[in-house]
Amino acid sequence: MTDYTVGPVKLGLVIDLDTCVGCHACAVNCKEWNTAGHSAPLPDRDPYGADITGVWFNRIHTFEVDDGECGRTVHFPKSCLHCEAPACVEVCPTGASYKRVEDGIVLVNADTCIGCKLCSWACPYGAREFDDDAGVMKKCTLCVDRIYNRNLDEADRVPACVSTCPAHARHFGDLGDPNSAVSRLVAERGGYDLMPEQGYKPVNKYLPPRPGKIAGTGREMALTPAAPDTAGMFLRWVDRLLSR
Amino acid sequence: MHPAFSVIFFTTASGAGYGLLALVGMLAPLRLIPADRSFAFTALALALGLITAGLLSSTAHLGHPERAWRAFSQWRTSWLSREGVLSLATYVPAAIFGIGWVLFGRLDGPIAVAGFVAAALSAATVCCTAMIYASLKPIQAWRSAWVVPGYAALALMTGALWLNALTHVWGAGQRWLGVLAAAAAILGLLVKEAYWRSIDTTAGPSTPESATGLGRRGKVTFLDGPHTEANYLLREMGYAVARKHSLKLRRIARVLGFAVPLLLTLLALALGGTIAVPASLLAAVAGMLGVLVERWLFFAEAKHTVTLYYGATTA
Amino acid sequence: MAGDGGPSARSEVIDTSPTVHDEVKTTTCYMCACRCGIKVHLKNGKIRYIEGNKAHPVNRGVLCAKGSAGIMQHYSPARLTKPLKRIGERGSGEFQEIEWDEALALATQWLSRIRASDPKKLAFFTGRDQSQGLTGWWAAQFGTPNYAAHGGFCSVNMAAAGLYSIGGSFWEFGEADWERTKYFMMFGVAEDHDSNPIKIGLSKLKARGAKFVSVNPVRTGYSAIADEWVAIKPGTDGLFVFALIHELLKADAIDHDYLVRYTNAPWLVIDNPGQSDDGLFARDTAGHPLVWDAATDAPANAMLADIKPRLAGEYRLPDGRKARPSFHRLAERYLDPSYAPDAVAARCGVSTETMRRLAAELAEIAFKQPIVLNQPWTDWAGHRHETMIGRPIAMHAMRGISAHSNGFHTCRAIHVLQMLLGAIDTPGAFRYEAPFPRPCPPPGKPGGKTVTPNAALGGLPLGFPLGPEDLLIEEDGSARRIDKAFSWEAPLAVHGMMHMVIANAWKGDPYSIDTLFLYMANMAWNSAMNTAGTMTMLADKDESGAYKIPHIIYADAFFSETVAFADLVLPDTTYLERWDCISLLDRPIGNAEGPADAIRQPVVQPDRDVRPFQDVLIDLGARLKLPGFVTPDGTARYPGGYKDYIVNHERRPGIGPLAGWRGIDGDKQGRGEPNLDQLQRYIENGCFWKYELPHDQLYYKHANKAYLETATRFSFIDRPEPIVLQLYSETLQRFRLAAQGHGPVQPPEMHRQRVAAYFDPLPIWYEPFESAAVDTGAFPLRAITQRPMPMYHSWGSQNAWLRQILSTNSLYVNRRTAAQHGVKDGDWVWLTSHHARVKCQVKLMDGVEADTVWTWNAIGKRPGAWNLAPNSPEATRGFLLNHVISELLPERNGYRYANSDPVTGQAAWFDLRVSMKKCEPLETGETAPIFPAVVPPAGLPPRPDILRYGADLK
Ligand SMILES: Nc1nc2c(c(=O)[nH]1)N[C@H]1C(S)=C(S)[C@@H](COP(=O)(O)OP(=O)(O)OC[C@H]3O[C@@H](n4cnc5c(=O)[nH]c(N)nc54)[C@H](O)[C@@H]3O)O[C@H]1N2
Ligand SMILES: Nc1nc2c(c(=O)[nH]1)N[C@H]1C(S)=C(S)[C@@H](COP(=O)(O)OP(=O)(O)OC[C@H]3O[C@@H](n4cnc5c(=O)[nH]c(N)nc54)[C@H](O)[C@@H]3O)O[C@H]1N2
Ligand code: SF4
Ligand code: SF4
Ligand code: SF4
Ligand code: SF4
Ligand code: SF4
Ligand SMILES: [Mo]
Repeated sequence: MTDYTVGPVKLGLVIDLDTCVGCHACAVNCKEWNTAGHSAPLPDRDPYGADITGVWFNRIHTFEVDDGECGRTVHFPKSCLHCEAPACVEVCPTGASYKRVEDGIVLVNADTCIGCKLCSWACPYGAREFDDDAGVMKKCTLCVDRIYNRNLDEADRVPACVSTCPAHARHFGDLGDPNSAVSRLVAERGGYDLMPEQGYKPVNKYLPPRPGKIAGTGREMALTPAAPDTAGMFLRWVDRLLSR
Repeated sequence: MHPAFSVIFFTTASGAGYGLLALVGMLAPLRLIPADRSFAFTALALALGLITAGLLSSTAHLGHPERAWRAFSQWRTSWLSREGVLSLATYVPAAIFGIGWVLFGRLDGPIAVAGFVAAALSAATVCCTAMIYASLKPIQAWRSAWVVPGYAALALMTGALWLNALTHVWGAGQRWLGVLAAAAAILGLLVKEAYWRSIDTTAGPSTPESATGLGRRGKVTFLDGPHTEANYLLREMGYAVARKHSLKLRRIARVLGFAVPLLLTLLALALGGTIAVPASLLAAVAGMLGVLVERWLFFAEAKHTVTLYYGATTA
Repeated sequence: MAGDGGPSARSEVIDTSPTVHDEVKTTTCYMCACRCGIKVHLKNGKIRYIEGNKAHPVNRGVLCAKGSAGIMQHYSPARLTKPLKRIGERGSGEFQEIEWDEALALATQWLSRIRASDPKKLAFFTGRDQSQGLTGWWAAQFGTPNYAAHGGFCSVNMAAAGLYSIGGSFWEFGEADWERTKYFMMFGVAEDHDSNPIKIGLSKLKARGAKFVSVNPVRTGYSAIADEWVAIKPGTDGLFVFALIHELLKADAIDHDYLVRYTNAPWLVIDNPGQSDDGLFARDTAGHPLVWDAATDAPANAMLADIKPRLAGEYRLPDGRKARPSFHRLAERYLDPSYAPDAVAARCGVSTETMRRLAAELAEIAFKQPIVLNQPWTDWAGHRHETMIGRPIAMHAMRGISAHSNGFHTCRAIHVLQMLLGAIDTPGAFRYEAPFPRPCPPPGKPGGKTVTPNAALGGLPLGFPLGPEDLLIEEDGSARRIDKAFSWEAPLAVHGMMHMVIANAWKGDPYSIDTLFLYMANMAWNSAMNTAGTMTMLADKDESGAYKIPHIIYADAFFSETVAFADLVLPDTTYLERWDCISLLDRPIGNAEGPADAIRQPVVQPDRDVRPFQDVLIDLGARLKLPGFVTPDGTARYPGGYKDYIVNHERRPGIGPLAGWRGIDGDKQGRGEPNLDQLQRYIENGCFWKYELPHDQLYYKHANKAYLETATRFSFIDRPEPIVLQLYSETLQRFRLAAQGHGPVQPPEMHRQRVAAYFDPLPIWYEPFESAAVDTGAFPLRAITQRPMPMYHSWGSQNAWLRQILSTNSLYVNRRTAAQHGVKDGDWVWLTSHHARVKCQVKLMDGVEADTVWTWNAIGKRPGAWNLAPNSPEATRGFLLNHVISELLPERNGYRYANSDPVTGQAAWFDLRVSMKKCEPLETGETAPIFPAVVPPAGLPPRPDILRYGADLK
């Protein structure tokens, strides 16, 4: 059955929109790891032709926020948020879509999925990827084949997208533990949920861009001349005793 | 949402089939429609044929049709699973009812009960189908309270149109059946109008601001998507029909799906005789075609929240 | 972490510990020039996964999108498979596959003929070359001065301005003090060569709460995460910087101590208008520059330790000439009201208030919030300092500054600002990356004054002129090099001018050549200005029906646009199939913490008949019997190819391509005998070597005794002498004096005015040439490009993963500007320059300066190239701005100068002016121009319909 039990451990990602430069490294590294990983392959149709399309678990969007003085461009990576109330799991008629009790990872069993696509309709975030070659649904696995992998060095047991991010904008950990580094980060930086109104209770959190440090707002700032005129300036400099 | 033909055909055909089965299953034991076995055979064959064709068509859009049986397992949570279970379950009373009526000419006792059960399960199946859509929170149009009534009303309408046509073919047309079909068409139209009004006037709770969580900083405008060409999400969920096309298609659906069947049914009612047969048959066919258009629109007009990440300003 | 990863309560049993590889090999990425360390996981003989090497000093474990897509580059169906000989017309792409023996024999035949008659008839230009240590030296051994790599069209403005001013440079040769800086100002950078280090650095900076200001007409990428975005109009940064300097000078918010200790600010400049010594430094008889010593009230040798130099004032030298400290001249210039914020605001598009505030912020951070490290150190003069004082303002600049015809001076302006703030190589500031700083400029003049048949060139082709006498010019003042580098048209073209080679060779100006030998440069496409013209010139014939450029040899690894124009194609390997060496003799990977170098080792064997280009070049060198490539008895000196060369070549005794594990026993660093085990030692260390500088050597490197001694030991500099930063450039003044009629070597009349105008010893600003030459009313918009982070120039598009991110490019236009032009989102427009027009699709945005339009660089492809389907989006909708950029400026006084900086010859890509007009309805949907499709050579594999990479590696 596909109702789900939410355990105490909630593994997920925290994405820092303040430092993400939109480089797509996480998206490509994710593809690279996963195309030979648990959900292998992540196929690409017409890879060198006009109608290219492929399976990706992670994607980077770009938005502009506010068109005024304080406007900014925000690069916005998005993969599965491993929701606590994942309707993608609920709607699945086969039980292929499930949420792991032990760590909350939402996965698809490729051996039982019938490829009805309903789960992808049920995901508000667009985090499900249909592999039309294999006829099954695939998605971000939170790198379940890395994070516990005893064949990898301890330090490498984090999702591929996290370990590759050059701007350190991605963090991984247990969001169920209020004392974990990621939970503290969320608390400190005001991490938030995407589309809370949809009621999916995503585990992944986003850290908002920090407010820009435009000192000018409210405060006129300018230097005061050190002398009334140029001649005065030169006198100052000529008189100045400097030594090596 | 991308209007996949297999799914559109499925809900149209099986909707009509369940509508017809429900009506026959209820009305035959009550002796309100012809009881002869050839009529029985034709009506049930049509109903089950529509249902079966629809169900088969629905598996055509699966990635793994051979695993379709797995879809019966999650009836406790999944409306799709429930629909699957009920659709299969309906065959059992329908078969008993059919065998009893067609082979043995009986419409009483357990056969009557089977008819009533088949009717109830048909109605339930149609509602489950509707609930598959109605339960999807990311698609505001489908969250409308008019989705379930819509599916039910259109199943009833197409079922009634067929039943009315069949009775005319059997030369056993009855005024009240004509009135029922006409009323169902009017009801269908009203429900559909209400649906369209509701989706035109109700915006979803989600916006680019909430989708990105950046609303507190100001208005959020989409700049670039993750790929310059379309991906699965856009093909499946990003399908959108232009407003002017959708208005045109609504007009077509109104005329073909409701006005034409209504007029033809009234014509059959008014003129009776030999005109009634083609008129009522045409009414049923037009109703089906109209519903196909309506179903296409049901998908094409439905916006998914994922499009908020790809430039949509509302979903 | 809780959860043991065991089977979930329901649904499926997951193997959470699958084996990832059979073997892991380290090497160095080459999906771009950043040169990150990578670990390549191999499984079943195929590449399972490429990840960053956490121990590597460049990327510390991270990997960008390109690096992560290395698998798809390696297995690209555009890989060349065998040597090719042209059989059809040039440009048609009709080739015959030949064996390597034939290919090498043919090349040897062409080249030996040239070498025996006139070696300069070989033009050897190498693009994304990371083995310039070898290629430049090969050219010198061949005897041709006509060699350069891509720097001339890339960022020579930054290199030259930096090396002539501070003995170091931005580019990848300097970095912000990411751990300490409090204020980071970035000019015109979208990605840079130092791309991963910058991203790592920016995240550190943001975590610490330092302020990041991006000066850039476009707000994407790095600029998107800036705390403040300064939307400057392209080409006006010089004015903007002068306004900041003006404000700081007026408030006397400058670091006087730093100026007298480390720069030539106090050096006396002779005031003798009209005479041959005007503007030169006053020197003593031994040639030492002089300062005015306040202690003795007399001139003193500027290089003495215990003097008290004056920064300003007018002084009379013993011989009666007048002189003022160079700072005095500088202050006089920039205090002028014409440099005040309100005077330049409109031209820069930056408000007066913003400029005044930014100047105030700089002053505040530099002087009210300095960093004081409790780290004793000793300066060059032997003074011990108990602390290191830092002005925690870091600056970085790249092509947004360099790719303009006023870029050299603008870059120098930024360096002057840094010097005034005391913010060069101090804690929290810009820092040199080893082996820099080097003397300003570094030693070594351009070789090629004489070219002798069958002999090596005296010196290396590229170098640093100190005055007119170092130019490579004929008696009549005309250019000696085919690209006219080091001529009066571009005297400080220290990286050559690759963008002019084809046009000049075609025209026979200054002379005709015989063979154009290109390596790793897509010269017929995205690295060309005037693409259409370039393609025509490459295939053009004279009256006799012979090609104007008789022979073209090209070494590429892929089926790029340029391949079709070669007579002989030498197919290279991919970066995962060869030995390579990222050398201190070339573009090393050191950082502020110390020098480093690296190697590539083959991690997989080629499955095609291809050879590493370096091996081929060394083989050719031996066949041609070039001095360095054969032993005295005429046999090959490096029979083991590049691998052999890397280990055994010595440029000077003890100095070879790699600095690590030298000496017979591998126990020496920097200098030592060749070590036969060297490569193995590199491999054991993750394919890199890094020397960590001791703490007392981490800052003030230009004047830090201990560091200067280390640098001498490593041969970065010849003597442990201080490197004095050149606020005022005497070199420039020497050229100017020549133009004013002084000295034995003077420019021909036609160039005189130009040289006099642009060789100002203090930074100047002038309208970029194209803007000055065209009717800006008719071409109101400035058009620029940016590097997309996930793509590397043209070669990303063959990559099945990367091309999904960007397979077309739009023209980004400011929303309000578009409205004024009646253009809507998604419209197709014609973009017209004085040279040509291109059709493209518009995307609207807010984050772009109103008069600027921009697009991603190098996305558009010629149909069929790269083994992409001819109807691919790259070919039908992708476009190059290069189509409308001219390599020449509009005619003036009967002459068309190169579209380049007048000092360095840097290609002025970003000077482009355009108009924008909506297309006719029938013209939409497709870009223009679209050139005829090329047909991939026979050996290339068919394009698969679907890729299931990894299915068998699970
Ligand atoms: N409009 C516009 N034009 C520009 C610029 C701009 O900003 N705007 N930037 C300019 C700058 S700074 C630069 S540096 C140039 C870059 O332009 P190019 O130097 O032309 O760089 P690439 O497109 O990377 O092409 C290099 C060639 O190297 C080949 N190659 C790749 N890997 C290998 C290999 O392993 N071995 C060999 N032998 N060949 C290989 C590729 O197939 C390709 O043909 O573009 C310039 N052009
Ligand atoms: N991913 C990736 N990385 C690369 C490359 C690549 O192709 N792809 N190429 C490599 C090469 S060869 C080079 S040379 C480097 C170049 O690296 P960058 O210097 O980052 O080069 P560009 O992308 O050309 O960026 C120029 C930036 O300057 C801005 N700009 C343009 N004109 C002006 C101006 O007048 N003033 C200011 N302030 N800004 C201006 C543009 O908006 C743009 O953001 O990148 C290297 N790294
Ligand atoms: S790798 Fe990091 S910086 Fe790059 S797009 Fe992903 S999250 Fe953003
Ligand atoms: S993000 Fe989508 S796919 Fe992932 S758990 Fe939530 S609803 Fe399911
Ligand atoms: S596509 Fe697969 S995982 Fe998704 S709902 Fe259908 S059966 Fe479940
Ligand atoms: S956690 Fe793993 S699967 Fe998920 S987006 Fe990151 S790399 Fe991809
Ligand atoms: S920046 Fe990216 S492509 Fe360039 S060397 Fe590093 S990982 Fe490779
Ligand atoms: Mo470059």
